[in-house]
Amino acid sequence: MKVEVKGLSKRFEDRLALDDVGFQVPEGKITAIVGPSGSGKTTLLRIINMLDRPTKGKLVINGKDPAKNGHSQVLKKMVMVFQNPVMFNRSVIANVSYGLKVRRVDKTKVKDRSEKALERVGLGDRAGQYAPTLSAGESQRMAFARGLVLEPELMLLDEFTANLDPGNVALLEKLVMDYNKDSDSTIVLATHNLYQAKRLSHHCIFLFDGKLIEKGRTKKMFSSPKDPLTKKFLSGEIAW
Amino acid sequence: MIWELIREVTLQLISGLDPETQRVVLITVLTLYMATMSTTVSSLIGIPLGAFIGMRKSQLFLLFRVFTHSLYGLPPVIAGLLVYMLLSRAGPLGPLGILFTPTSMIVAQCLLITPLITGISASAVDSLPKNIEDTARSLGANRIDLIKTMLYEARLGLFTAVMLGFGRAISEVGAVIIVGGNIKWHTQVLTTSIVLETQRGNFNYALTLGAILMLIALIISLVLTIAQKKKGSNLRSLLIKGGGKG
Ligand SMILES: Nc1ncnc2c1ncn2[C@@H]1O[C@H](COP(=O)(O)OP(=O)(O)OP(=O)(O)O)[C@@H](O)[C@H]1O
Ligand SMILES: [Mg+2]
Repeated sequence: MKVEVKGLSKRFEDRLALDDVGFQVPEGKITAIVGPSGSGKTTLLRIINMLDRPTKGKLVINGKDPAKNGHSQVLKKMVMVFQNPVMFNRSVIANVSYGLKVRRVDKTKVKDRSEKALERVGLGDRAGQYAPTLSAGESQRMAFARGLVLEPELMLLDEFTANLDPGNVALLEKLVMDYNKDSDSTIVLATHNLYQAKRLSHHCIFLFDGKLIEKGRTKKMFSSPKDPLTKKFLSGEIAW
Repeated sequence: MIWELIREVTLQLISGLDPETQRVVLITVLTLYMATMSTTVSSLIGIPLGAFIGMRKSQLFLLFRVFTHSLYGLPPVIAGLLVYMLLSRAGPLGPLGILFTPTSMIVAQCLLITPLITGISASAVDSLPKNIEDTARSLGANRIDLIKTMLYEARLGLFTAVMLGFGRAISEVGAVIIVGGNIKWHTQVLTTSIVLETQRGNFNYALTLGAILMLIALIISLVLTIAQKKKGSNLRSLLIKGGGKG
C-alpha cells in the first residue's frame, strides 16, 4: 500500500499537535516514527488510519484521496494497534476474531486463523479467558494478534511493546520483521524507544513538537544525524 | 388481537378454578402482557435511539439527552390524559377504537417508558471506553458493524434499561387507569385492581394482588443484581448457566 501525507497539520484547541508534516511511507518497508512524548506520533498514526481528520493537508493512499474514494475498502486493508489497547467485553478469541468477522471471512477459517494468531503471540492457552481480565502485557500481545490476524497491507503500531518484558519484546519484534518480509506489507511504528527503531526499521522519521525534523534511512540517521535536534534526541539530551 | 387470543387460552386453562382466583390469574397475565409489550416496543425505539445519541458528542445531542431525562419525571396521569385525548372518539386516532383496551394501555406506557430506556441506553453507550469505537473502526468495522458492536459492548447497561422499563410498566397506575378504564375482566391490571379493591374495603384481595406485584418486582431486581455481579459474562451464559467466562 502506497501511503503519503502532504502538509499535514492537526490542531487541538490551542495546541498544534502536527505542523506541516509531509513524507512518503516506503512501500513494503518498516518505518519508525520516533520523537519525544507529545511530539505527535499517535496523532499522525490516527490520521493515517482515518480515525481523525487533519486540520490542514491530506492523506494520499495508492495515489488517491481515500476520503473521496470509498475509504471503507482501503480501511479493511490496514489496521492500527493502539498504544493503550482496549479489549472488547468478550473472550480473548472473540477479540482476535473481531476483524475477520467484520470482513465476513468464512466461519471455519475465522476460528483457525484466530487460534494460530494467538499461538504466535504466546497466548494459545488463553482463548477462552475474558479479555478485560488480561494483564497489561497480555493485552498488548492480544491487541497485536488482533491486528496481525487480518494480514493487513499496512500495519500501524503505536508503542506496541511498551508494557512487555524483554522476552516478549523480542517475540513481537521478530513477528513484525517476519511478517514484513513474508508479506511485503508496509509497517509504520511509533516508538520512543530508539533501540527498537534501530533494530526494526529500515526508515526513520523524527518528529519534534509536531514538526518533522528529519527523515531518512535508519542506519544513516542514527550514525550521522543532520539536524542538531536529532543529534540531541539520539544522545538522550532531550527530556520532554 | 394477540391479547384476545392469550385471554381465551388463559381462561380455558383456568376454567376449573373459582371465579375470584380466575380473576387474579387474568389480572396477572394482563399485567405481564401489557408490561412485556410496552417494554418491547419502547426498547425497539429506545435502544437504537439511545445508542445513536450516546455515540454523538455534539451540543445538540446533549440537549436532546437533557430533554429525555426531563421526561423521566413525566407524571403518568398526564401521559394518560394525552393518550386519552388522542384515542377518544373525538380525538385524531379515535376511529381506531382502541380506547379502554389493553392496546391503549400499552400506548400510554410506551410514552412513559421510551424516554427512560432511551436515556439509560444513551448513558450506557456513552460510558464505554472512548477507544472502543476507534478500535472497532480500526479493525475494519463499517457503520452498521460499529453500532452493533457498541450495543453489544453496552449490553449490561441496555439490559438494565429494559428491566427498569419493565419495572416501571408493571407498577404504574395513573396512565393505565385513565386510558384502560379499569374494566373488570378486560383492562384491569394488578395496580389498578389494587386501587379498586382498596376503595371497596377488600383488603385481603388487594394484599394478594400486592404480593404478586412485589414478587414480580423482586424477580426483576434479582435478575438485575445477578447481571451486574457477573459483569462481562454474556447474557446467555448469565441466564442459562448463571454466569461464566466469555
Ligand atoms: N484529543 C486531543 N485533545 C487535545 N490535545 C490532544 C489530543 N490528542 C493529542 N493531543 C495533544 O497533542 C500532542 C501530541 O499528542 P500525541 O498523542 O500524538 O503524542 P505522542 O507523540 O504519541 O506522545 P507519546 O509518546 O507520549 O504517546 C500532545 O501534546 C497531546 O497532549
Ligand atoms: Mg502516543
